[in-house]
This record gives sequence, structure tokens and C-alpha cells, in this order.
Amino acid sequence: MDLSFSAEDNAFRHEVRAWIRESMPTDIAAKAEIDAHFDMADVMRWHKILFARGWVAPHWPKRFGGPGLTATQRFVLTEELELAGAPALSPFGLSMVGPAIMQFGTPEQQERFLPPILRGDEVWCQGYSEPGSGSDLASLRTTARIDGDDLIVDGQKTWTTYAQYADWIFCLVRTNPGAKKQAGISFLLVDMKTPGVEARPMLTIGNTPAFCDTFFANVRVPRANLIGPLDGGWTVAKALLGHERTLIAAVGPSQRMIRRIKRIATDTTDGGQALIDDPAWRSRIARLEVKLQALQMANYRALAGAALGHAPGPESSILKLRGSEIYQQTFELAFDLMGSHALAWFNEPGVIPELEQWVASGYCYNRATTIYGGSNEIQKNIIAKMLLGLPGA
Amino acid sequence: MNFELSEEQQLLQQNARAFVKQRSPLSRARKLRDGALDRALWREMGDLGWLSLPFAEDVGGFGGNFVDVAVLLEVFGSTLVPEPYLASIVLAGTVLARAGTPDQHQRWLSAMMEGRTIVALAHDEPGHRFSPRPHSAVAVAVADGYRLRGRKEFVLGGQHADVFVISALVGGEPALFVVPCGTEGLTVRSIRTIDGQGAAMLEFDSHVPSDQRLTGGDPGDALDRGLDAAAAMTVAEGLGVCRSALELTLSHLKTREQFGVPIGSFQALQHRAVEMFVEVELVRSILALAAARADHDNPDVRHHATSSAKVQLAMSGRFVAQQAVQLHGGIGITDEHDIGLYFKRMHALTLAFGDEEHHVRRFGARPAFTDLRANS
Ligand SMILES: Cc1cc2nc3c(=O)[nH]c(=O)nc-3n(C[C@H](O)[C@H](O)[C@H](O)COP(=O)(O)OP(=O)(O)OC[C@H]3O[C@@H](n4cnc5c(N)ncnc54)[C@H](O)[C@@H]3O)c2cc1C
Repeated sequence: MDLSFSAEDNAFRHEVRAWIRESMPTDIAAKAEIDAHFDMADVMRWHKILFARGWVAPHWPKRFGGPGLTATQRFVLTEELELAGAPALSPFGLSMVGPAIMQFGTPEQQERFLPPILRGDEVWCQGYSEPGSGSDLASLRTTARIDGDDLIVDGQKTWTTYAQYADWIFCLVRTNPGAKKQAGISFLLVDMKTPGVEARPMLTIGNTPAFCDTFFANVRVPRANLIGPLDGGWTVAKALLGHERTLIAAVGPSQRMIRRIKRIATDTTDGGQALIDDPAWRSRIARLEVKLQALQMANYRALAGAALGHAPGPESSILKLRGSEIYQQTFELAFDLMGSHALAWFNEPGVIPELEQWVASGYCYNRATTIYGGSNEIQKNIIAKMLLGLPGA
Repeated sequence: MNFELSEEQQLLQQNARAFVKQRSPLSRARKLRDGALDRALWREMGDLGWLSLPFAEDVGGFGGNFVDVAVLLEVFGSTLVPEPYLASIVLAGTVLARAGTPDQHQRWLSAMMEGRTIVALAHDEPGHRFSPRPHSAVAVAVADGYRLRGRKEFVLGGQHADVFVISALVGGEPALFVVPCGTEGLTVRSIRTIDGQGAAMLEFDSHVPSDQRLTGGDPGDALDRGLDAAAAMTVAEGLGVCRSALELTLSHLKTREQFGVPIGSFQALQHRAVEMFVEVELVRSILALAAARADHDNPDVRHHATSSAKVQLAMSGRFVAQQAVQLHGGIGITDEHDIGLYFKRMHALTLAFGDEEHHVRRFGARPAFTDLRANS
């Protein structure tokens, strides 16, 4: 066992850190400094800067434009970006549909869709969930009926994150209503500009326009936009969920939050004493940091296993579960440290310190981390069955 | 011991339930987020006697107690009635009643109880968390009155107030002044809050006539009592909030289907709902203690009861609110769904008049806490 990074990896870490410092535009850096909310324009601007450096898709193979980093370097790069508070890139193209197209797409599809994802010229969103189909995704009812060389899509997707900014949506659609649940589903790419597609943004509990209801009425899509075979979409969808599992722990964002917590605790005084110097508050922060440290080690174990070529093991299955909870707890602790300031909600600057501005909204919105990406209840069902071998109900 | 409501209290509960159903259902709370107050409805509450409920008959009140108020506020919590009852009647009213002279009661408390004026207590200051004393606001005697200077933050109900009761130090001791809105040198800035009920930030450098200093009682004691009463009554409102959040969640568990069955048939979710229910029952139980002792004359007894109730609400109320959202799934993360309104109000209530950390400390700092000879 050796818990240190190699000299090369450490050198790479320094290179990344220096590059971020030099390359981040000052307005984005100013937002990162106070962990403000990044809008889509910020995200895409940063995407293009990373693209120019060749680092926008660390996990993509070289032949598709990836940088050819080792597993550890990829991890280091991502960790440094997260620690610097850089805008999180939209995962739908880079981490979801991109890898799916690499694995299941035809050469023509790869050529058509992958380069614009990499360059940041086309933004993607994910059309899986429907009003009636969330955890039970395979019950989905949006249909696509064959009509010559086209498919005609009808139905509704929901909770579609950032569909209002997307150029394309990848959807699961039912192409064979006669077949059993999973068997009749296809994986289809739809241009958001096609007549009949409409994304209606909804506000979240955090008062941000982060997701949409997306409607399809008689939408004509070329059959060439199917990824994988007709009725073979479930396999594509399942494979897509397995990509880049070491990122789902959200260790970097949680570490960033711990730093923000310490800054808030340092700046907040009660009767002249900073909260960080108060034993009770300090022990709450320490307790959370220890939990995060254990999670980080679990993440490193998964990473080391992946570097040796092992399939993701049990340690990676706990990452989503605990990672999402710890991230929520960091927001909750920041919220608590703020005292009455936590009451303030979307006011003009100056009511509460800048560093605290987004905490309450983030606390509310991030109740979602235990719901999306397979809810934590569903994760537990999977672990009980697949890892612990417990009998089904 | 008897935990039953009296006949009058049952009647009050029925009336309050009928009133909120007709006049202030949940949709009204949503509509009035960040909005203005409906003065007519407030006056109607005055006509019903609700705004004078906790005040003694000798100050013109109804002569009720905090068990009565708890009955009313639990109902208000169930549909998130946005009127500033807690901040204005319970907090500012208690302070005014305790610290004012009969003349001063006549002048401000009567109009408040009739619903003609809205009073708010401006007390919290930057840099002091939930302190029962003023720290940096000061009043200095000048010819025919006082010069009152300072800042107050997160004054609940303050954006609706016609009149403020402002705490300040005079010669190092707490004092209270009545300052009407519009007084020269007073600026009131409305802010939005997480629960949509709003608050105000105050700055003042004003002349206050001598007869606007409250001189009928000990101001420090009045503040401590007001803050205790308000803390205890957040638990009553919080109980209403938790109960409604649980009800919404149970009906979702019964109607939402996934995998061909109602999700409420999954044992994992049944157990979670049971945990929520148990926490609600604990809030209901501790409220009985807090409501009975919210106006106890012995501060140790009062602090013990209100702090334990406030801590329990923080623990149970948050758990219930968080799990309510979780069990709703994606729809619980929308602004459109009502569960979020309860989630946010619960967080505002757990913060108001002392958060969990504050009340845990106060509970542990009581002399009785370390007195091993005592029975309780
Ligand atoms: C902020 C946010 C962004 C999202 N973005 C997208 C997106 O871009 N694209 C997209 O397709 N989807 C997206 N989703 C949808 C997300 O994937 C679903 O919310 C999730 O799958 C849960 O489905 P549901 O909301 O229908 O809840 P339901 O499935 O109805 O679940 C409700 C509750 O029941 C529990 N439950 C369900 N089944 C079981 C079971 N068998 N055992 C125990 N408990 C169970 C759940 O854990 C949950 O607590 C997003 C969701 C959120 C909140």
C-alpha cells in the first residue's frame, strides 16, 4: 500500500493549478472566489477555454479528441478544477451521450456528433424521466413510431435539466409497445429545433431555472439518429450510467464547501468571537470534514482499482450514496453557521456577505442530490441485492 | 396531568380551521409570497379576538394563555397563514404588554389588538446571535427625550409595521422605545426571506420623545419573556407545518405509482413515513410543556421548557421537512409543488428566536443542568 501520488502526478497537479490560475477569466474567478452561481454563458465560456487547452474531456480516448491522460492524471485534473471552484461543465454531452456514441454509435454518428460536443458548439440535455416514470424508468411512455426513414415522437419528458439552453436532447422512447418493458425502448437523438419540440423551464425549490418540462408533439426525427439498434436502447442507457463513477462522489465540490464553511465561520462573529474559534462549531465542522476524508479515501480506492483495470467494485457503489448526503450536509452546516443570515433570500447585494449569498438557495436545491441519478433509496435496493446478496422482496 | 383541550379551546380550534380553510388556504400563502399584507383580514382577526388572545384583561386583552395561542398557531401553520402573528402579537405584543405603562398600553397595545396598527420588535443586531439584550444600539438623554442610534436586522414583520418597539442601551442597561414608522432618521428596508414572509433591516438616528420610552416594567425581563413566548410559539406553528408536510407526503405515497404499485407499499418508505410520524408526535408532546410554561415567572423554568421545545423542533422539524421532499422525488424539488413551501417555512421557524445551537447551549448552561441533586 502506498498513499502518495507519484512525482509525475504531483508535477502534473502543479501544472494544472498554475494553468487554472492563469487561464480563468477574472469575472469567472471572482464568482469562483465567492462560490456564486454560474450561468450557462459562464459554463460554455469556460468549456471553450478548457477545449483550447485540450483538457475539456479528460476521460475521452485520444482518437476522439481526448488528451490521453492516465487514470490518475484525469482524476487529478478534475479534482484541481473542482477545488478551484471552476464552473462545472454540462455533463450531458461530455460524460453521457458522448461516451454512449463512442461505444454504440456508427462512425458517421461519431463524426457528426462528437466534435461539436468537444468544442462546446452543441449543448445537450437528457430526456429520460417522464411524469409517470422516474425510478421506474422502464415504464416510460413517450412513443416513436416508424414512418419511412423517420420516427415520429410524441410524449412528454420532465425534470430535463437545462433543456432551455440545449441544442440536442438524447431520449429514451418506446418504439415497440408490444414488447416487454425494457425490450421495446430505443435511444434517440433529437434536435431541439425540430418543429413540435418545446421546453418549458420551471423554477426549482432553490428559485433557479434549472430544469424543464419538455414536450414532443408529432416530432419528425431521422431514423439515422438512433444510437444502437431499434428497440435496443436500454443497453445503451445502462452503459451510460456506468461512466466515470469516481466523479459521482462529488468530493471536490464538498471540499470546496468545507473551505467555504471555514471562511464563513471565520468571518462570522458572536459577541466578538469568531465561530471558528468556538469549540462547538469547530467540532461540527471537524466531524463533517472527517466524513468527507473517509469518502475521499473510498474514492481513491475506486480510482486505484480503476487504474489497475478492475471493474468498479463495492466501494464505488457507496460513493453516490454517501457523496450526495455529505454534499447536502455541507450546505446544511453553512446554512446553520449563517444564523439569521440564512433567512435572506435573493436580495440585492449588501444584505448578507457575498460568500453567503448562494448558500440558502443551494441548500434547498441540493436536496435533489439524493433524488437524481438514481435516488438513494434505489441505490440501497441495488446494494442490498447486488452486493449483499439479500433475497428480493 | 391532562393533555385535553378545554371546550373553549376546541371551539377556538374549530373556528380557526374553518377560517383558514375559507380565508387563508395554502394557495393564499403562495400568492402573497414577498407581497403586501391584507389589512382587512388582519382586522378581522382582531374582531375575532385573536389578536388580543394572550393578553391579560387588565391591559384590555382577552385573558387567554399560550396554550390558546398554540391552538391557533398550529392551525395557522397548517396552511402557512402569512400574517405576522408570531412576530407582532406574540413577540412585540408581549414586550409591549410587559414593559408598558397603562397609558402606553392604551396608546399602542389597544390599537394593535384591534388590528388597526401592526407592531414589530426591532431587537437583533449584527454580530450577536440571538442575544436577549441589545448591544450596540444606544439611546442618550437629550432635551425632552432621547437620541436613539443603531441598526437592527432581520426584524420579522418589520416590513409591514406601523410602529416599532426598539431595544437599546441607556447607560449600559436595556431600554425599550416606541418608534412609529416615518419618524425622522429611521430607515426601513424590506428584504425577502426564504419563506416568502419577508423582514426588514432598520437603521436609525432619531429623536424619541420621553413618553415613548416604555417605563411600566423591567425591559430586560420583558425582552426575555417576549423572546421565550415567541420561541415557544414557533413550535406550535412548526407542529402545524410538520403535520401538513406529513399529510402531503402520506397522500403522495398512497397515490404515486412506480413499478406498478403505490410507492407507499415499499417497506423502506413505510419505515421512513413512520419515523416522520414519530417525530411529529414528539413535537406535539414537547409543545405541551412549552405552551404551559411559556409565560412562567421563573426564568429557569421558562428557559428549560422553551429551549427544549425549540431544540426538538429543530431536530424533528428538519427531519420531517427533508424527508417530505425526498419522498416526493423530483416534483419535491420544484417551486411549483407545495411541499417546498412547508420545507422553507420550517427552516425559517427553526431559525427564528434562537436556532438549535443557541437553545442547546442555553439548555445546557442552566444551573439545574449540572445540579446532580435535583430530580429534574
Ligand atoms: C434537480 C433534478 C434534475 C434532474 N435532471 C434530469 C435530467 O436532466 N434528465 C432526466 O431524464 N431526469 C432528470 N431528473 C429526474 C430524476 O432522475 C428523477 O427525479 C429520479 O429518477 C426519481 O424519479 P421521480 O422523481 O419520478 O421520483 P419517484 O420515482 O416517484 O420516487 C419518489 C420516492 O420514492 C422512492 N422510491 C421509488 N421507488 C422505490 C423503491 N422501489 N424502493 C424504495 N423507494 C423507492 C424514491 O427514492 C423517492 O424517494 C432530475 C431530477 C432532479 C430532482
